[in-house]
Order: sequence, then C-alpha cells, then structure tokens
Amino acid sequence: MLPKDAAAAEGKVNVQINGKWYRFPKGTRIADACNSVGAHVPCFCYHPKLSVAGSCRMCLVEQGMPPRLAPGATPQYNEDGYQTISWMPRAVIACANTVAENMGIRTDSKLTSEARRGVLEFLLSNHPLDCPICDQAGECKLQEYTADYGRGTHRFTESKTKKGKNLSIGPRVNLDQERCVLCRRCVRFMKEIVGEEVLGVVGRGTHNAIACYPGTELDSNYSMNVVDICPVGAMTSKDFRFKMRVWFLKSTPTIDVTNGTGTNINIWTREQQVYRITPRQNDEVNSCWMPDDARLAYKYINAPARLTTPLVRTDAGADQRPSTWDATIGLVTEQLHKCAPTEVAMIASARMTNEELYMVRALAKQLGITKLDIVPRTGEADDLLVSADRNPNSTGAKLILGKEGKGLRTIRNGVRNGSIRFLIALGEDLTSEEAGFTAEDLAGLDYLLCVSHSENATTKAADVVLPGVTFAEKYGTMINVAGRIQRLNKAIEPMGEARSDWDIYRSISQSLGCDCVNVIACPSPMAVLEQMALEFEPMHGLTWGNIGNEGKAIIETGVTIPLIEREKAKK
Amino acid sequence: MSETPNAIEAVSAPIPSPGEQYFPKFKVTPALVKEAQALVAQYPEGKEQSAVLPIIHMIQEKFGYICPESMPWIAEMCKSTPIHVAGIVTFYPGIHRKCPGKFHFRVCRTIACAMGGGEELLAHICKKIGVDPASLTDEEPMGISEDGMFSIEAVECLANCGFGPNVMVNDALHQEMTPAKADKLITFLKKNTINA
Repeated sequence: MLPKDAAAAEGKVNVQINGKWYRFPKGTRIADACNSVGAHVPCFCYHPKLSVAGSCRMCLVEQGMPPRLAPGATPQYNEDGYQTISWMPRAVIACANTVAENMGIRTDSKLTSEARRGVLEFLLSNHPLDCPICDQAGECKLQEYTADYGRGTHRFTESKTKKGKNLSIGPRVNLDQERCVLCRRCVRFMKEIVGEEVLGVVGRGTHNAIACYPGTELDSNYSMNVVDICPVGAMTSKDFRFKMRVWFLKSTPTIDVTNGTGTNINIWTREQQVYRITPRQNDEVNSCWMPDDARLAYKYINAPARLTTPLVRTDAGADQRPSTWDATIGLVTEQLHKCAPTEVAMIASARMTNEELYMVRALAKQLGITKLDIVPRTGEADDLLVSADRNPNSTGAKLILGKEGKGLRTIRNGVRNGSIRFLIALGEDLTSEEAGFTAEDLAGLDYLLCVSHSENATTKAADVVLPGVTFAEKYGTMINVAGRIQRLNKAIEPMGEARSDWDIYRSISQSLGCDCVNVIACPSPMAVLEQMALEFEPMHGLTWGNIGNEGKAIIETGVTIPLIEREKAKK
Repeated sequence: MSETPNAIEAVSAPIPSPGEQYFPKFKVTPALVKEAQALVAQYPEGKEQSAVLPIIHMIQEKFGYICPESMPWIAEMCKSTPIHVAGIVTFYPGIHRKCPGKFHFRVCRTIACAMGGGEELLAHICKKIGVDPASLTDEEPMGISEDGMFSIEAVECLANCGFGPNVMVNDALHQEMTPAKADKLITFLKKNTINA
C-alpha cells in the first residue's frame, strides 16, 4: 500500500517538511502543520482563533508538489512510495494555504529566508525602531523576527512616513500607528470575537493606519485582548505601559477568581509585586481571551490595605493590636471553647479553594456548628466569558460544604434576633452588599472572628483578625461553573506574616482538639486534594499532577461558556 | 477637539473648501434615505454592507464630496460601522473628503498621457486656475482655486490612452488636450455657468 492510500484511509495527507515526511489531517494550514513539528513559521497576521488575512507575508515558505502528469502518463513513485516533488520558484504564505498529498514544504531553505528577509525589510522601512522605549520590547514578534531575518542596516534613504503616536483609542488601550505592521489582528478580533466593529484601517499605502472613528472608543470589556494579540508595540495597555520591562517578570500559570468561568491566566510578577495579568490559552474555558475587569483585578494584592499580622482586641471598645500567630491561635481556641455551638454561625466563601473549603468543613465539624453557609454573588453574564456567578468556586462549595448560600438569610436573622451571639467570617466582608450585614449587626455580636487578606469593615469590627492570602499567593483548586477543576498556583509569597487560609483553618481545628489525622496532618494543599479525591466521588483519582495546567472536567453541571460554545460551533 | 486634529480625529475632521458654495450641504431627507435604501436593496440580506460604495458614489454626486457628517449616516444605512465607511472613503483617491470646485479637472498622468504631455498640462492648468502644483501631495491630492470655481487633481488612467493627454472635467472627457485648448476651455467655463 502506498503512503498516500494509508494516509487517505485516516483522512490525512502526507507532507514533507524540511526533508522529513509527516501526516496531517486534510485541511490543516501549512503554518499549523509546520509549527506542530517544530519547524517554526514566523507570523504577524495569522492567529488561529481569527479569520485568515494573509496580509503580512511573513510566513512565506517554499512549496512543491509532484509535477502535473502528461495525458496518459502514470505517476512514478520512489522506493519510499512518494512522488518526486518539483519545487515552485515562488514562495507561498503558510497561513492561507492548506496541506495536500505529497506536498513539500521548506521552512529553512534559501528561498524561504530570502523571501522573509525581503518582507521584513519592507515592514521595517517605516517602523520607528523605538524599542528602547517600547513596552513590547522583549515580547515583540517584529523584534524576534528581525533577529532572525533582519538586515542590520537600512537601505531606505527616504524619510519615514509619519503617523499618529500615543493615541488614546479607549479607556484602557493606547495606539502607536507607526509601530503597527497592519496585521489587522485587532480589527478582526473586535469584529469576529467581540462583535463590536470599532477598529478599522484608514488611508492607503504607507499611510495605512489603524483607527477608530472619532467619537467612538475601544471601550469594550475585552479591549485589552488587542494588546495581547498585537504582535508589535502598536497597542499598549494603559495600565501596564512603562511599569516594567517584560524580561524581568516571572509568569505563573493560574486562574482568574473574579467569576465562575475560571479564566486561565498568567500572573506576571517581580519580587513579590504583581504587574499584570494576561490570558492563558485554554480552549475549554476561555480560548485565548479574558475580560478587562478580571485582568485589572490585581491591585488589591499589593495594596496598603493588606493585613500582615494577626490582630486582636483584648478589651471591648479598645483598639485592635498586632499579635503573634501562636498567641492568637491560643486565644481563639480559648474563646471558641467558651461559645455554645448553637449560638455560633460561620460564614465561608465560594471564593475559597476546594482545599480551604475542606478545612472549613473540618473546623465547623470540630466546633459542632450547623449554621454555616457561603455568600452567593451574582451579576450579569455577558454572553462571552463573564459568568453570572461571580464566585469562582460555587461548584466546589456545593460539592464540599453542600451549601449554595440559601442559609445566609437565616444566619442574618439569627444575628438580628440575638440567637446567634458568635460569628466566624471566613474570607468574606459581611458588610458587603451580597452578604447584607450592617455595621450595627456586627457591633451587636458578642464575638466576631475574621479571616481576611485585606482590611475591610468586618475586620475593623472583629475581635480577632487572622491575615489570609489572596489568590496570587496560594496553591489550590477550584471548580468552575462548567464543572471543570482547575489549579491555582502561587505566584508570590504571602504578605508579611499572612498565612495560607487552609493552614489557618487547619491550625485552629488542631488547637481545638481535632484528632482527625486527615485534617491535622495535612502538609500541603496537594495533600488535602488527595484526601478529597478519596472522599468525594467526582474527584476520584485526582492528583495535583493529573489536573495539569489545563484542568479536568469532573462534574456535569449543564452550564456552558458562551464564547467556547460559539468557537466549537464554528469548527 | 484640539486645534490640530490628531491622527484619529483627522479621520472625521472637516476640510474646509471654497467649493462648498457650489454644492448643496449634506442633509438627510426622506428622499435621500429612500434612495439609499433602494441601493441597499440591491444586495441580499446580511450583505447590506456591500452598498457602502454605491451610497458613497451617490452622496458624492449629490453633494460633491463625502463630508464627515455623512459617514455615520452611510454606515447606519447599510448596517456597517463608521470606521468601515471611513476606511473606504480614505482608501480611494476618487472619493473626495474635501469639496471640489464647480468644475473639477482630473488630469491623467498615466504613462501614455504623461508621454503626451500630461505632466506639463497639469502644471499649466494649475497655474491657470491659481493652484500651486507643489501643493498637490499624497495627503492632499486636490487643489482648488480661491473662488471655488475650479479644482484639479492628477488621476491615473482615464481609459482613453490612444488619444492622450486626457483631461476629465466633471463628467466630460476632453481628449488630445493642449495648454492652448485648456486655456480656451477654462475661459469658456468661466463665461458659462452650464456644465462643460
């Protein structure tokens, strides 16, 4: 059997790339095929999630096919079963062409590199070459490809075309038209993914430039994605520009916690400081995109409001004063021992990781309390990536605590009618709109214990405050609205003396006399996960390692992510 | 808007021209809407955007040029966006963003006409109507006389190469043009208010 027949049986075609034969499904783009076997094809305009423009010409490759047969001739096959490839004298673009049977591609030939060299020279002919002050420097495709195919010297003696610089085209994005290579990724993104055609190309020839119509703005909640997909420094984030050179930043793969979608992100940090968040591709969760509000929800991590030591109020009416962990845990244990379990309520959070929720459950069990719930949080879904559920781990809270926030009202009433005298607030500001407690409610309590990463009205009213951490400082897992378990990774160390929340709950349980080995002997969130994998049916078989950076669908919730559904329907 | 519009503002910044006195000002009337709708109706449902160019031609014919106010209206008519319309308007040199004069000269300078004296003819007509030939640039291809009577721009092929140099005045083609014939034509146009 000839290789072509064997491939056809699988719906594939044989393609020779740089001398080696591979098999790809029919219809695969040459660029994707080459990239998948390590023959990197440079691209500006091609983006796998957008329509093909074929305008930058950077992905030119040398291509060949078997010669066309004379009438009546039969194809000749060599000993490996392939026809001889006759190479075409001109290069073709790899993004707009698909593979075919017995096709040959050369990404490293003289023709290919000469073609790319020529394209790059034209792209640079009007580029300002302002890399030293450009935010994209270090992650700029033009810079990278110039290192590969650049000439080093200019042959153009004409003056460069002047275009608009430092233009504000939206509340969060700035445009430099001179740096632009006119790939139109931003135009296509806004049109095809967001459905708001606010960007376009005006002018002709060297005067071509990206613009929005005066009076309209790039103000979508997804506007900052154009900064990510811009291969050069034309689109820059107002939030991040001039803050830090990108090569100093460390990126940590984790997930967004602003809503139930669990958008996959990278947190970019340097020396315990978070500088930016960018989306991380996950075709089951967020494709390549993320909403702006989630991207900018990192300021509180390094804010002055962060709590860095335990705080205790020894006498009613006195100020809170800093204390040590040992002394505070001791004090909390003593105080909790005095509370009648029926008069204690605990408010946990669906912003907690599964591991934290597991420890909360253990703590509640140790205290013997039944009044326990989370704070539900809903908003408007945007039909793209923002879920109506604004808690990142409602699914986990339901699975582990069996709570969805329905008992919150009862707890609130209990506090108001005096049947609840002691309140434990874990990771929630009770005075927030969603929780619905008032300052008077909190003032009327006999005892308020609070775990929080930042100062808020609840911590101020609390008798004891234990400093926890934000999502950037912890390991853990969360289950998104679609039932997918995903990992949070620690990007920075906890602030000051703050401790991981799961460990705080574990310590209190232990100090209260918990003797369950699975709780008190847990060395890490990964060990908690393994424990949960034994206890909860949907988590069976899960380990930190096998969840991976992509996550794993574990529960059938019936909820889908609209953007992902649309993307799948397109295929 | 600041004194000098930035690159974004320039997309819809008005470019004043003395030629405006000879054309009606762009105004949306029920008749105009109807005319635009008829053009949109030429295209299948979902392809309304295809009517952008025909509507642009219609507006340019009626009002002389595509004024900034008309672009959002055109977009609205064919379910497009203002930036898409602006992209088309700024792309084609034949679509004017500045009002031409009452008599608009298009002087061909493609190879056949250029060899027959098109370039010289362009300079000659410019001088005759009081336009500095050096003011015709890529960014500003059209020159206009102070009184708004005449405007001039260099164009590519008028599709009459065998009889160059060619000049088109408004919609009328004048072939085998010479400076002397141009002088005569301009004098005639000055005297007569009817279309050449």
